[in-house]
Amino acid sequence: MARITASVYTSHVPAIGAALDLGKTGEAYWQPVFAGYDFAKQWIKEAQPDVVFLVYNDHATAFSLDLIPTFALGTGASFTPADEGWGPRPVPMVHGHPELAAHIAQSVIQDDFDLTLVNKMAVDHGLTVPLSLMFGQPEAWPCKVIPFAVNVVQYPVPSGRRCFQLGQAIRKAVESFDEDLNVQIWGTGGMSHQLQGPRAGLINREWDNRFLDRLIADPAELAGMPHIDYVREAGSEGIELVMWLIARGAMADVAGGPPPTVLQRFYHVPASNTAVGHLILENP
Amino acid sequence: MALDKPYKDVPGTLIFDAEQSRKGYWLNQFCMSLMQAENRARFKADERAYLDEWAMSEEQKQAVLARDLNWCMRTGGNIYFLAKIGATDGKSFQQMAGSMTGMSEEEYRDMMIKGGRSPEGNRYLGEDGDAQPQHQPQGKAGQKGNP
Repeated sequence: MARITASVYTSHVPAIGAALDLGKTGEAYWQPVFAGYDFAKQWIKEAQPDVVFLVYNDHATAFSLDLIPTFALGTGASFTPADEGWGPRPVPMVHGHPELAAHIAQSVIQDDFDLTLVNKMAVDHGLTVPLSLMFGQPEAWPCKVIPFAVNVVQYPVPSGRRCFQLGQAIRKAVESFDEDLNVQIWGTGGMSHQLQGPRAGLINREWDNRFLDRLIADPAELAGMPHIDYVREAGSEGIELVMWLIARGAMADVAGGPPPTVLQRFYHVPASNTAVGHLILENP
Repeated sequence: MALDKPYKDVPGTLIFDAEQSRKGYWLNQFCMSLMQAENRARFKADERAYLDEWAMSEEQKQAVLARDLNWCMRTGGNIYFLAKIGATDGKSFQQMAGSMTGMSEEEYRDMMIKGGRSPEGNRYLGEDGDAQPQHQPQGKAGQKGNP
């Protein structure tokens, strides 16, 4: 049977991708950011997921205002890294897992989550920066990746509670797939940041760290936090953090299992306009 | 019946909701078109002519020509879409975000390195933080008493 073994949480700041692609990781500005992922890079070599279910958001790349799906599951065989206007990132093609994705679609939709299914889409920095942070710069990504895009660009975005419940449905789906697969679920985006208006540049270190505490210890309660709290405290783009609740909802403890082990916790300000947060939680 | 929009009282912040999206549809779709190199070249060659191909309001076109991102947002623009204009101009996301505060690029970058903008005084309209309307523009631009 397939099993969700761990969840990973990370910001997906585009400038991090640019720093990596342009060979700036050793610069004083960037060094502390990348150092925060040294542990993850070692760990994931041993953890060796077969599939990463990667929760991220598209940033007006694959989805314009033509189509605004709240939850879009990538069911295709491959996904091309997008040209976001600065040229495509020099990263490998992303290969999906259409069989598992189809199984998840079947299960999750029957669990009352009306997903949009996407067989063809380009994937932007929201998806590729986390892969780079975790795997570095390989010739090919070492595992399959199922993209799961969440609308956090146009309000209303899905609530924290809905995201948390969706994570639970995804867990149920994955764990009913017959093939033996080591599956990780990643929640990306955040932490506090605001990219717009006179309040641009907002960072809330205290709030972010409390969010990490609560995500680890009491995610069900955290999931009840309304959108306005994210906006007011963590900036208009801090709302991306609802995506972390999807990954957290898929962990064993939420389904009555033992609590996860915290393998890594990292926080750093700034990367460009953003507070970088990163967690690894492993199911015992 | 009016819908609940509790985010209207956050200073210096315009939430891109379904209503803003409706207003900004063509502005944002124009921005999307700049994802293609051929369109970027045509836009750069004659901005006004290229804008006139889109069903945008005159105000939206003026806001784009002025590269005033706050103005673009008020007319329905979304920052991730507007970023395509910045990419066309060779600007980084940080330069774009900074431009909306009135700070110079250096001032904004320094603020971020020092830990970013504090939420103190910037949670509700009517407080006294640096993002409040009474403190615009920020940085040196706001200290000159602009003649």
